[in-house]
Amino acid sequence: MDTTMLFAQFQKKIDQDIKIEPQDWMPDEYRKTLIRQISQHAHSEVVGMLPEGNWITRAPSLRRKAILLAKVQDEAGHGLYLYSAAETLGITRDEMYQQLHSGKAKYSSIFNYPTISWADMGAIGWLVDGAAIMNQVPLSRCSYGPYARAMVRICKEESFHQRQGFEILLTLSKGTKAQRKICQDAINRWWWPSLMMFGPTDNDSPHTAQSMLWKIKRFTNDELRQKFVDVCAEQVKFLGMTLPDKDLKWNEERQHYDFGPINWEEFWNVVKGNGPCNKERLATRVQAWEDGAWVRDAALAYEEKKAVRQYRYDAENENTKMPVS
Amino acid sequence: MNAESMIPNHNAVTDTTINAMLQLADDNLIMGHRCSEWCGHGPILEQDIALTNIALDFVGQARNFYQYAATILQQMPNEKALALVDFDMVPEQITEDSLACLRDAGAFKNHLLVELPNGDWAQTMLKIFFFSAYRFYLFQLLQKNTDTQLAGIAEKSIKEVQYHLKWSSEWVIRLGDGTDESKNRILKAMDTLWPYAGELFGPAKYELECYQLESIAFETLRVNWLEKVNQIFEMATLPAQSFTQWHQSGGKQGIHTEYLGYILAEMQFLPRTFPNATW
Repeated sequence: MDTTMLFAQFQKKIDQDIKIEPQDWMPDEYRKTLIRQISQHAHSEVVGMLPEGNWITRAPSLRRKAILLAKVQDEAGHGLYLYSAAETLGITRDEMYQQLHSGKAKYSSIFNYPTISWADMGAIGWLVDGAAIMNQVPLSRCSYGPYARAMVRICKEESFHQRQGFEILLTLSKGTKAQRKICQDAINRWWWPSLMMFGPTDNDSPHTAQSMLWKIKRFTNDELRQKFVDVCAEQVKFLGMTLPDKDLKWNEERQHYDFGPINWEEFWNVVKGNGPCNKERLATRVQAWEDGAWVRDAALAYEEKKAVRQYRYDAENENTKMPVS
Repeated sequence: MNAESMIPNHNAVTDTTINAMLQLADDNLIMGHRCSEWCGHGPILEQDIALTNIALDFVGQARNFYQYAATILQQMPNEKALALVDFDMVPEQITEDSLACLRDAGAFKNHLLVELPNGDWAQTMLKIFFFSAYRFYLFQLLQKNTDTQLAGIAEKSIKEVQYHLKWSSEWVIRLGDGTDESKNRILKAMDTLWPYAGELFGPAKYELECYQLESIAFETLRVNWLEKVNQIFEMATLPAQSFTQWHQSGGKQGIHTEYLGYILAEMQFLPRTFPNATW
């Protein structure tokens, strides 16, 4: 079959900003790119529950505990919408889990860093969720309808997460000497990995051009990263803290902040599995899945029994209604 | 609501109310703590969300009870208030957080059942089922209490409890009538938890006084509870249960299992490491 026409129609829709819906024809590569990106995003939400979940039982006040629980629950909910959005492209959630567990599918590398103090809950909210929002707001205008709609809802919740993170840090920054110390320390550890969340520089990002043509992506990695640096360089002043970059300086000519070089060697190492928590995070997910197998089997077996019972019951009732010949 | 209207209208604001509020709050807090340990580790994403939500409800209810106790205590002369609560670190101010974090295990009044480890999914489901069924019947009684604040919290909470009861009952049925393995696991959970169920129905003096109940009311509660358990067990194809003479107890008097100390060590370490810091 000649697909030239289909390609042309598809691109025309994209160019006119008409959303692509699950039943529409789409190029295989578009489908594959979206499955890869959406499932990676879903996995990031679910793996991302772990570093923060780590502090629920140790939250320093009941209010913070309740907020953190609600936040981590939101992340699980985001995972759910995103898995559902990916399923519209013809992959099952179980297949996506398998890809995660086998290491074939990636998730955001940021979650391979450890959360070692309470201040990390603040830094994750402010920087990690902040970087995620920077990435995700344009995705709510993505050309694929189900993904775009999921992002609208997710972004609303993420902006609440970011505010609560900043508020944790703000409280610490006004606190005791020890609290100010963990505040600065958390910012120091999370700053560079957060910049890496935008992905490799545009020169090293092979998918960017195609994704922009298909309006899956609206801005390049470097554009978004610059925007993020500009915002954070101002916000950190409210905290009376500093960002750990001696090259960070306002550039009047560019009307942007200049910032120092990113350690790409570290980035690629964490992507490849050598980050501080890669093995542990994945092992935790795999274990939860394996430990849950008997629960899922039981739920399935029970549903089947129930269906059989219902069928028998219906059949019997049907028989009694039959006229006796 | 202003602080003054939260004071019970009867004059006898004594340690009875404080003790009873701490008992209710401690149960909730420790249940919430245990349930929250599942967050991110559940067998099915939807169920992970449901259980985290339940943990959040438990923590929310704990806050209501602690806040009510704190409000009463804040109205008293400080010396009297401090004498009513067994703090082992004296707080600058009595708040929900100081009540949760500056009392040691011996001052906690929760039932032993709630502090037991989560075990597997079957044990957690059965524990939530037992506890929610107990809370459902208890809160039905507390809704009628003349202490309007207590009655109000019970009324608000019972809606959540109803959902917890429904959700956990469904899981007990599913696991009991699921596979051989799930049935074995729920039976094993039953063996582990049953010795701790009886304590739910042995009221402390402060509970009877604050709840304005005779001990017979707790006997009725026990009968209703057992009936509910057996009704669900029948649907789950599990054997009917009855109470034996002996059961574990001590929680309401501050004599706990070995597990509570570890829970508190984890939960309280920040406020105790940085006393009087604001979070």
